[in-house]
Amino acid sequence: MSNPKVAAIVIGVSQGGLDALNTLLPMLPKDFVKPIMIVQHRSADSDGYLSEHLNLICQVQVKEAQDKEVIQAGTVYIAPADYHLLVEKDASLSLSCDERVNFTRPSVDVLFESAIDCYGDALLGIILTGNNSDGALGLKAIKDAGGVTAIQDPDDALVPSMPKAARDITRIDHCLTLKGLGKLLATL
Amino acid sequence: MEPKKIAEIEVDVLLEAIRLRYDYDFKNYARASLNRRVQNLLSKENLEMPYQLIPRILYDHTIFDKFLSEMSVTVTELFRDPPFFKAIQDIIFPVLRTYPYVKIWHAGCATGEEVYSLAILLKEAGLLDKAKIYATDYNKRSLELAKEGIYSAANLEANNKAYLKAGGKKSLSHYYTEQYDAFKFQDSLKENITFAYHNLVKDGVFGEMHIVVCRNVLIYFDKDLQNHAFTLFDNSLVKMGFLCLGSKETIDYSIVKEHYETFSKPNKIYRRKN
Repeated sequence: MSNPKVAAIVIGVSQGGLDALNTLLPMLPKDFVKPIMIVQHRSADSDGYLSEHLNLICQVQVKEAQDKEVIQAGTVYIAPADYHLLVEKDASLSLSCDERVNFTRPSVDVLFESAIDCYGDALLGIILTGNNSDGALGLKAIKDAGGVTAIQDPDDALVPSMPKAARDITRIDHCLTLKGLGKLLATL
Repeated sequence: MEPKKIAEIEVDVLLEAIRLRYDYDFKNYARASLNRRVQNLLSKENLEMPYQLIPRILYDHTIFDKFLSEMSVTVTELFRDPPFFKAIQDIIFPVLRTYPYVKIWHAGCATGEEVYSLAILLKEAGLLDKAKIYATDYNKRSLELAKEGIYSAANLEANNKAYLKAGGKKSLSHYYTEQYDAFKFQDSLKENITFAYHNLVKDGVFGEMHIVVCRNVLIYFDKDLQNHAFTLFDNSLVKMGFLCLGSKETIDYSIVKEHYETFSKPNKIYRRKN
């Protein structure tokens, strides 16, 4: 690890995300302590199925993020459909129904940029499969703030555009397959 | 000191300047969203740092108006969350039928889409004539638009779908006239609606309400301001009155929690205890 003091992880994923998260998150060991916040692009009327399903197959707790919820160690938070997910400076979560950013709500950039205000250089940002460029600016901001950047290897991604867009504008510390990213997380 | 910390001070000072100059207090707004909105305004004004906004906002009311618009832009649409509007008809309307009159406070109505949605459903249930809806917001520009009741026709198809999904009994076109790329709601819908200025941060209660609707407003507040608003609603509602929140908002962590029972958990409808 180039940065041993990662305190939290943020993940952005779009098309192909269900399969990617199904592979990645079950690799987290039961005693994994870092919180993870995830934006998965999906339709505005999706329900809480995604987090319920992931919670069933993972060893760590996975839940839909609630407004004003205090971030707990070893918990994975998924942005609810149709709301942006933001991290407050006091390490609590907030939701917003502001306009779409990069044509999407929730937006990866919104999550990443707000998380920097809380975690500074102790943040690891990961961009997985997806068919747009949301998250590229957010990942660059994480790098600029001294944090750690990772992408799913575009060759490994169902849809490579999103990790590629991030790689085009910022330096990537780790370009790995989903399995490789899972191993990386398990070492944190 | 890190530049990031200094930027936080800049925003603090900006908010204090706005409070002293215009009497709008944003100190207890959830900061992450507020920061994004300040950044949006900075880029629109071709500025880089929050401190650069301070003299402009102090001396130029139009910049303050832009700030206010930035702060109060929320996504709202006709029949947003159709299941909520369906639930209102199914579980609240039967109670309203037993009342001689109905008073409703729609707090933070923005540009009014959800107020008209409710008015339409009340009308279809034969309840609009005995209802009085107070629709309030702290953005005067939004209130003007709400009063006009003119909206873009671009989303009419989706609006009509949401109306039907919400349990609408006719066609949405029954309630508006279309002109070019816009449509205007019938004036008859407005007869029982009073649009008024009200700021949840500093203004008082609306007395004896049977229903308070406040959706997707509280998520922009911090815990203290949320509790302040909850107390206002609590003091405005009659016993057995209904409180309707946004789909991701809850009364569970508030200081008035004990005064309410959950009437519909998925639709965030609560009822004040007797």
